[in-house]
Amino acid sequence: MAGGAGPQPDQTTATLARPAIAEAEERVSLASNWQLIWWRFKKHRLALASCAVLAVFYTIVLVPDLFSTQSPEATDARLAFMPIQRITLLDGWRWRPSVAAVEGRRNPVTLRMEWQIDETKRVPVRFFARGYRYTVLGLIETDLHLLGAATAHERVYLLGTDRLGRDQWSRLMHGTRTSMTVGLAAVVLSVILGSLLGGISGYLGGWPDLVIQRLIELLQSLPTIPIWLAMTAALPQDWPPQKVFFAITIILAFIGWTTLGREVRGRFLALREEEFVLAAELAGCSRFRIITRHLLPAVMSHIIATTTLAIPVMIVSETALSYLGLGIRPPAISWGVLLQEAQNIQTIADAPWLLIPGVFVIVAVLAFNLAGDGLRDAADPYGH
Amino acid sequence: MLRFLVQRLLLFPLLLFVFSVVVFLLVQAPPGDFLTSYISMLAASGSSVDLAQVEALKRQFGLDQPLHIQYLRWMDNIRHGDLGLSLEYQRPNVELIGEFLLPTVLLALFSFVFTWAVAIPAGIYSATHPRSFVDYILAILNYVGVATPNFMLALVLMWIAFSRFGISVTGLFSPEYVQAPWSLARFVDLLKHIWLPMIVLGVAGTARLTRIMRANLLDELNKPYVVAARARGLSEWRLVLKYPVRVAINPLVSTIGWYLPQLFSGSLIVATVMNLPNIGPLLLRALISQDMYLAGGILLIYCFLTVVGTLISDVLLAWIDPRIRIEE
Amino acid sequence: MMPPTRTVTRPLAPLASRTPPLLSVRDLRVHFFMDEGVVKAVDDVSLDVFPGQVLGIVGESGCGKSVTMKAILRIVEPPGRIVSGRVLLRRQREASDDAEYVDLTALAPDSPEMRSIRGGEIALIPQEPMAAFSPVHTVSEQIVEAITLHRPVGRREARQIAAQLFRDVGIPDPEHRLDQYAWQLSGGLRQRAVIAMALSCNPRLLIADEPTTAVDVTTQAQVLRLLRQLQHQRNAAIIYITHDLGVIAQMADWVLVMYLGLVMEQGRVADIFHAPKHPYTQLLLRSIPSVHAVPRARLPTISGSIPHPFSRPRGCPFHPRCPHAMPGTCDHHHPPLRTVTEVGQQVSCFLYEQEGQPA
Repeated sequence: MAGGAGPQPDQTTATLARPAIAEAEERVSLASNWQLIWWRFKKHRLALASCAVLAVFYTIVLVPDLFSTQSPEATDARLAFMPIQRITLLDGWRWRPSVAAVEGRRNPVTLRMEWQIDETKRVPVRFFARGYRYTVLGLIETDLHLLGAATAHERVYLLGTDRLGRDQWSRLMHGTRTSMTVGLAAVVLSVILGSLLGGISGYLGGWPDLVIQRLIELLQSLPTIPIWLAMTAALPQDWPPQKVFFAITIILAFIGWTTLGREVRGRFLALREEEFVLAAELAGCSRFRIITRHLLPAVMSHIIATTTLAIPVMIVSETALSYLGLGIRPPAISWGVLLQEAQNIQTIADAPWLLIPGVFVIVAVLAFNLAGDGLRDAADPYGH
Repeated sequence: MLRFLVQRLLLFPLLLFVFSVVVFLLVQAPPGDFLTSYISMLAASGSSVDLAQVEALKRQFGLDQPLHIQYLRWMDNIRHGDLGLSLEYQRPNVELIGEFLLPTVLLALFSFVFTWAVAIPAGIYSATHPRSFVDYILAILNYVGVATPNFMLALVLMWIAFSRFGISVTGLFSPEYVQAPWSLARFVDLLKHIWLPMIVLGVAGTARLTRIMRANLLDELNKPYVVAARARGLSEWRLVLKYPVRVAINPLVSTIGWYLPQLFSGSLIVATVMNLPNIGPLLLRALISQDMYLAGGILLIYCFLTVVGTLISDVLLAWIDPRIRIEE
Repeated sequence: MMPPTRTVTRPLAPLASRTPPLLSVRDLRVHFFMDEGVVKAVDDVSLDVFPGQVLGIVGESGCGKSVTMKAILRIVEPPGRIVSGRVLLRRQREASDDAEYVDLTALAPDSPEMRSIRGGEIALIPQEPMAAFSPVHTVSEQIVEAITLHRPVGRREARQIAAQLFRDVGIPDPEHRLDQYAWQLSGGLRQRAVIAMALSCNPRLLIADEPTTAVDVTTQAQVLRLLRQLQHQRNAAIIYITHDLGVIAQMADWVLVMYLGLVMEQGRVADIFHAPKHPYTQLLLRSIPSVHAVPRARLPTISGSIPHPFSRPRGCPFHPRCPHAMPGTCDHHHPPLRTVTEVGQQVSCFLYEQEGQPA
């Protein structure tokens, strides 16, 4: 007999537990596919945390200026290679946010500025400070910033400055906007292309399938990085940043859609054999209706998971291309453009904070991968 | 099996033809041609530009011909093993590429061996000890490994080596061997330098392969044939290594098809950052300076290596998996 | 919990027979420790297997039949664990009539001794013959391996043994078949190959885990005939696991009816088929289609479905589906297994509590 305890107290729990189980079972059987996915996804704590990180990133994408402390373009050659000013929120027990002061002295021999951090001297900072003016999404004009120096004549360099004395923190915020958008846009484009062609290929079969499959094979056997480089090198030098941005997005999507197309095709092929499609066909549904109402919802969760896993690939590609000088070009700012500042080993040794944009890349890619894995597991609990 | 391979081999020239067209169009695409850059270069260096001389050069390189004639000329030259002349280096492209090709392929192969030598044992350990401490550590390493762009890793390692140990870990050879002809001593010198780029280039692939190996093996470990082998009285380690590992590795062989090419072309970025003798940086410079036949030649080499990598993977897969080999 | 002794010289009193059993399982509990809770896959199972006889274990899927088999072979996979109980295998002492019993639960699963028993003395005929062979190794590779593991022969000789085994189980052209892969063989041949592999080391006990679920009815009949025939020739004992009572009637001498990891009823085949005691057994038997049934009559089914393994009902696990369930008794207390007839039929049900049986 299981459990040697007296029957009396156990009985009450048993009678209480039974309807609860029945209720839970009913809840599960009535839940829609999306609800089921959400319940399973909630169990992946790392994936949930990753979603929070991504939410922060995309908030920055919406209003990078709010998070910037200074204009990302403002240069001051006298303030080149300033080190990181660490922020502290408390002074003893009192709320007094401040950063350490930085003293500059020009080395008489090398004529270079040498910066000394003085932790004892504090530069007070405040949240929601006033700064340079900007517009939020082109609509509202404001000069509010999340963080800024408390007094107008002081400036804060949270992540130091680059060789032109530009504030790296503010540039990073703007770089985040570009890099995260390129990744997303390229993937959205890939998804549209991939789902369309993959879906047609998988559902129709026959010669469209043959043609699309050969095209995918051809594109997939191209050496990705060199071809990307050659394509971006072919972009005219005098194009404005926006145009380059769109071109890069299209170039990234051009090869990226094939993986997705394959996946969608595979799913469609498997689904075509499913009973419910046959049932829909017998019920006289049109092809369009079968695709949009029956097949698409069934593959949607997988598409979303695959998409999430494809974004980081795009982000890394953009970063690498820009780093090599063939992607996003200055004056536009992206993570890759920022990392270009760290090309020289001597520069990195002198100003290691120039590598920090790389940390952003890694965190973003990690978050996308973890969230994507969680989504995939939630969408397909029986393995891939 | 034979039919399958013949099919693949027949496809080979067709693919190369399509690629050559794509590559030609790509290197032709930038506005202007290398002559314009050549002229501006000459002008910048102060030499006068003779119009007649420009016309002569144009004719010499066939730039006055329509596009398809140019392509055919290019192809015809390639057939004779002539990839044209490099503007920037003023040397035959074949010679330039040839100099860098061997180190490029060597680096890719080293990274490949490194990846498999690390990923397979790690994947086996993770799968046979799921949820163990080491499994978690490996999972974390894998996620970070996949998430770190390899040029980032190269930069960080170079920085650590430089600031901590004061050494510069760029290049594949010590100064005295850079120009030396191949010899045992040069090869040994290569081994002393290649390990860091090899790791940098292989980390992401290793991480990915470990995860695939773990997942595949976990799937296989619950299969009835494993239970049957266990019921036969086979010891656990022999059993795992003989059956499920063997089955789990099979699909990994098909990953060689994309992994080897990825190593070839992926080394481009690492090689640029770490200043390695590699056709990657050569391509980068050629693209920027519009040295189009050099760029075209290198791109073709990449395409060729990619197709060869896929072919190797197909052959290997058919060779080791009886289900594919015997299929009629 | 577990006795420290590995071997027991004095055999346990057999559950119902005068000959000493080949294998005795006593109070076996195998639990699976999952994140969601503990699944008691096998809970207090005792059984005896006698030389030259067939014990059938019947039950619906998930009742613990296969886990019992794995526990006997000591190949329960984590998170499953043998929590308590003993699995005693009889071993003839050399140059004497005495027998001693080895407690398999006291052996380490991967120890050389356990491995020599597994496959050598107790062999398994697995459920799906297709999946029981590695897809990338030839059949001979796997059979020869089994032979060389347990017999002092070289590979060449082992291959000859394997070919002979193939002939014994009726596989034509054995030399050719040995070099093929399992997926190249037909379903019937694969089934025979699996049996040949199990027989390769002359085991004294064969455990057949639903060996005919994957084959068609004709092949099933052939396989069953073959098994019977081989068993007679070699005087091996068989534990035959199935959900098919028809097969049990044809094959077994003894039956054990399991439900949710517990033994509901056990006894001789004839007794149980003619006079089933437990309501579950009765319902199972009634749900077999019969030629004697009234034409067009509905086939009786058992109402309800098998409860989720995490929420096994309190008391008798069958009470929610039992037509004779007595409220206040069956849902509170677990009925012990007791002997209800002189021929040793045992049943775990409160309906037979009053009949008063010798303890």
